[in-house]
Amino acid sequence: MTDSFTVSSSGAERRRARIRAGLGRRHLFERIFRGLGVLAILIALALVGSLFWMVISKGYSAFTQANLETEVYFDPDIIKVDPPPQQQPGQSAADFRAQRLAWQRQVTMSNWNRVVEQAVRAAVPPGLEITAREATALVDAGERHRLRDIFVENPGLLGERLPFTMLASADVDNWLKGTIDRDLPDERQQLSPATRALADQLLESGAIQFKFAWHIFTNVDSRSAPASAGLAGGLVGSLYMMLVVVLLAVPIGVASAIYLEEFAPKNRLTDLIEVNINNLAAVPSIVFGLFGAAVFIKYIGLPLSAPIVGGLVLTLMTLPTIIIATRSSLRAVPPSLRQAALGLGASRTQMVFHHVLPVTLPGILTATIIGVAQALGETAPLLLIGMNAFVAAVPGTPFDQSTALPAQIYLWQGNENRNFFEARTSAAIMVLLTLMITMNAIAVLLRQRLERLK
Amino acid sequence: MTSLFRSSLQGVAAPPTALEAGDGYQTVRTPDPKAKPTRLSAHDVCVFYGDKQALENVSIDIPERSVSALIGPSGCGKSTFLRCLNRMNDTIEGARVTGEITLDGENLYSPQVDVVELRARIGMVFQKPNPFPKSIFENVAYGPKIHGLARSKSELEEIVVTSLKRAGLFEEVKDRLHAPGTGLSGGQQQRLCIARAIAVGPEVILMDEPCSALDPIATSIIEELIDELRENYTIIIVTHSMQQAARVSQKTAFFHLGKLIEEGPTERIFTNPRDKKTQDYITGRIG
Repeated sequence: MTDSFTVSSSGAERRRARIRAGLGRRHLFERIFRGLGVLAILIALALVGSLFWMVISKGYSAFTQANLETEVYFDPDIIKVDPPPQQQPGQSAADFRAQRLAWQRQVTMSNWNRVVEQAVRAAVPPGLEITAREATALVDAGERHRLRDIFVENPGLLGERLPFTMLASADVDNWLKGTIDRDLPDERQQLSPATRALADQLLESGAIQFKFAWHIFTNVDSRSAPASAGLAGGLVGSLYMMLVVVLLAVPIGVASAIYLEEFAPKNRLTDLIEVNINNLAAVPSIVFGLFGAAVFIKYIGLPLSAPIVGGLVLTLMTLPTIIIATRSSLRAVPPSLRQAALGLGASRTQMVFHHVLPVTLPGILTATIIGVAQALGETAPLLLIGMNAFVAAVPGTPFDQSTALPAQIYLWQGNENRNFFEARTSAAIMVLLTLMITMNAIAVLLRQRLERLK
Repeated sequence: MTSLFRSSLQGVAAPPTALEAGDGYQTVRTPDPKAKPTRLSAHDVCVFYGDKQALENVSIDIPERSVSALIGPSGCGKSTFLRCLNRMNDTIEGARVTGEITLDGENLYSPQVDVVELRARIGMVFQKPNPFPKSIFENVAYGPKIHGLARSKSELEEIVVTSLKRAGLFEEVKDRLHAPGTGLSGGQQQRLCIARAIAVGPEVILMDEPCSALDPIATSIIEELIDELRENYTIIIVTHSMQQAARVSQKTAFFHLGKLIEEGPTERIFTNPRDKKTQDYITGRIG
């Protein structure tokens, strides 16, 4: 060793000087690296923040909608129907049903538009001249069906007056919320000048009020009555798909992960399987959609647009995620725990089920919920199996035609009434995001709870 | 084998007998006239991990109800040999064992032997205390439960209490049997692991450096425990501490580079080793 490494005081001085010379650069490098890290996090936060700001600022207005408070008169001059049939003694059930259907047809044939028109007129301040067309344009086209249904339920209403809240039409909603430019010339406005003036007056007089739009959650999609369009069909459709995914992907995924990790011999075949599972995780989701269309619909003959097919396709997509995450959490179990169990004479199965699985449960659970949440938002494969069809019904079973939340978002964002559906689309995105954030929060909570129990 | 016993009659001063091993190296053996009869014995055991040979032709007799210590520098194969005795090497990918290990004359590696039953007869305590992340009671009760040793709940409780008492832990934990076993101190955890091994009623207990993760006080408690346990159990202990081997064991075997260099009565090995390597190791020149 040279004298720079001896204990002599001059050697020590020189060593310290040499260390000090490099210190500035080392600290600088550390500061730069930390600064870059903070910058990266800030960029990510800003992007997420702007996404949320965009969605929420556009979508929040869709949760309130204009409603017209008025009075409905079930005018016997307009609703010209016989009294509803009563089942006669000795009359067969089929006969009675036919008779009742005929009566319902009679009710439907009545001019409900005029009932609506009269109801609007009841709210019109005196002195304002308005045509029938202009009056009915004020309220949503679905309201006449709602009135009819109420009457069918309760025929005794004939000749009665009833206070009634009607949903304003999408165009009126646009006009009042200002989502359509008020300075546009008449020929480019969707409403006549009279209806626009009426809407403004009614809002001022308090007959039109903005209320929380619960029907977004309870109604199905609608094109003829856009103001009443809701997410119920998509929500239930997505729910059924999640159910299929949870029932299929979780047991299959967890079981194959346990087998591959704990029991399978390590050889060429299992290596091949492992590589392919990893590949499967990287397959674009649209390919799964193609596969679903070819196999589940074309070959097996499952119905188009059905949540069962969507669920099966999403199961295939979620499987690799669950398998990979479960395997890695199994691999994280300390070998000492396995040895302890084996050393006591536990069989491999006992070791896995008594000791390894309880420890990995939080990890498996988190993987599952994150996989399912990912599947919930997946759109591309759904488009290929017909889930983007316009289905205005809540599916009764997973085999019924249905839409799904992401497909609904896709449909709404392409709707021709942009002014109205832009906010609706963002509202649907908010619902979907809320669902996903809730699921992820549940995953975090469950994980913490289970880990505390250990 | 008979010559081994004959020479043992001549006492400590007898000349070392050497067994000719497969590839020529010889284990220096000093017979012990006071040794108890042999129950467990290994003959020509070789272990391979893949292509690498970890153990070469190890032959040794383990006397019953006494403590045998396996010593040697790191990587010498003593833990590998210990794991052969209850076939824990089976769980390691690519491990291969040749030769013969017999318990009461029955080869442990014969196809008729059920590993699960074997591990109930030959228990194991590991280097790092590894209680299950369950309650103290559950830890001890697990073995008897899976082997169906207790017919009733009260019988199970009795087994747990007796095992904890034998492991010298009962007084310290009797008020918190249902608290998690992982909440105990390191020494207590190791005694819990010993209680857990005892609860199955094994004939042989293997201990793989049971005190290496413990402080000196916990170590001396475990050593006393081992000394008590030898009245009822055949104990084989791997240790890095020569003092520990000297304190607790009656027989010592010295391993070096996968070979069993020398074996004999502990006193003899530590006071008058015959082999140069053994001498170097216990005087601290290798290891």
